[in-house]
Amino acid sequence: MAEHVSLVVNGVPREVDVEPRRLLVQLLREDLDLTGTHIACDTSQCGACTVTLDGKSVKSCTVLAVQADGANVTTIEGMATADGLHPLQAAFWENHGLQCGFCTPGMIMSAADLLARTTDPTDDEIRHAIAGNFCRCTGYQNIVTAIRAAATTVRAGAAG
Amino acid sequence: MIPAAFDYVRATSLDDALARLAAGGGSAKAIAGGQSLLPLMKLRLARPETLVDIGRLAELKGVRRLGDGRVSIGGLTTYDEMLRDMTLHRYGLLADALPNIGDVQVRNRGTIGGATAHADPASDMPAILLALDAEVVVRSVRGERAIPIAGFFQGAFASALEPDELITELRLPGGREDLGSAYRAIEQPASGYSIAGVAAIIGARSGDRWGFCSVAITGVGEHPYRATAVESAILGGASFEAAAAHACDGVTVASDIHADREYRAHVATVQVRRALEAAAARLA
Repeated sequence: MAEHVSLVVNGVPREVDVEPRRLLVQLLREDLDLTGTHIACDTSQCGACTVTLDGKSVKSCTVLAVQADGANVTTIEGMATADGLHPLQAAFWENHGLQCGFCTPGMIMSAADLLARTTDPTDDEIRHAIAGNFCRCTGYQNIVTAIRAAATTVRAGAAG
Repeated sequence: MIPAAFDYVRATSLDDALARLAAGGGSAKAIAGGQSLLPLMKLRLARPETLVDIGRLAELKGVRRLGDGRVSIGGLTTYDEMLRDMTLHRYGLLADALPNIGDVQVRNRGTIGGATAHADPASDMPAILLALDAEVVVRSVRGERAIPIAGFFQGAFASALEPDELITELRLPGGREDLGSAYRAIEQPASGYSIAGVAAIIGARSGDRWGFCSVAITGVGEHPYRATAVESAILGGASFEAAAAHACDGVTVASDIHADREYRAHVATVQVRRALEAAAARLA
């Protein structure tokens, strides 16, 4: 039996009828065509499917769409604004925080959860915050640098 | 991977959830954060006919101090919420373990009640609950009962919980000033599950003897267990190193591609010694 799900995705109210077994990541990718959220391991280990649900990072391959009913979801497509890239996106670009880019949307959404908790994270805190996101190219060094740079931008913005 | 089809109901109250579980007659399963259950359903190792979503029952959330000094953690409290709760910070073993359970995304969704009900043989929280001698409070349409943690875990993914019962809270003893505690684990890096995880509480020292010792181990046996041979060795005056050698006494040590039996047993003894040393250091 189909369940009706109402949620706000990247600021836009959406109404979708789904099978109860539909995963949040399928709803995003297949029903809403938001394919920036990636599926890799599909076993809640790699973090490529990370989005924020009411501001907190979750692995959308391990959340049922029906569990997100009424929630506010942000995906990588919701990070940039009309004014330009989100500070995290800009910092990943500037600092070469990616090679193939497959893990990047999940990395950025995990980093968004971190920056919501603290805008002055230590490198240890950054590494701890992305422990649930696997990158098979970079060795993480530039990802950490990028998140640190984004935090600096966010702090400067808050101060300005 | 897509779970087998199921019917979904969102519980509107605890009583509603209990009635739904009772009506399901064993084929209904409660889902909270889903961080243990959904992966099993995707692999089709679990195929409930009905999922009862208890995720919005606010009455099962939060940490509070009880009149008798104990601390109650609502079953729906997430790891992330526990990490932020100051009442729990004074439990050294929780402060050690919580930041390393799963990852941020899992801690944002996963609940202590769900993890306890899941009874994963390598999950961290069961060892901590065992070491603390916690009480599992469960409810069904038949009423409420408090299950001592000592008899709760009965096998891999098997516990004393009946199919129509829901874990409503975990009760921890109030912290004692004369005890120190710690948690130490070696994890399998990809999954984060412990190859051997050890929760230790020690203290009440009088003269050259420890008057209290509690050690629980996860990831090693068929289910998390109290290492009673270690405890009695410590109470009998053995050194941490000598006592730790008894970590796996009477236990069939698990063996898999990440850690064979010999290696896992060795890791367990090392982690027992480290956890005891760290717990004792907290007393100073």
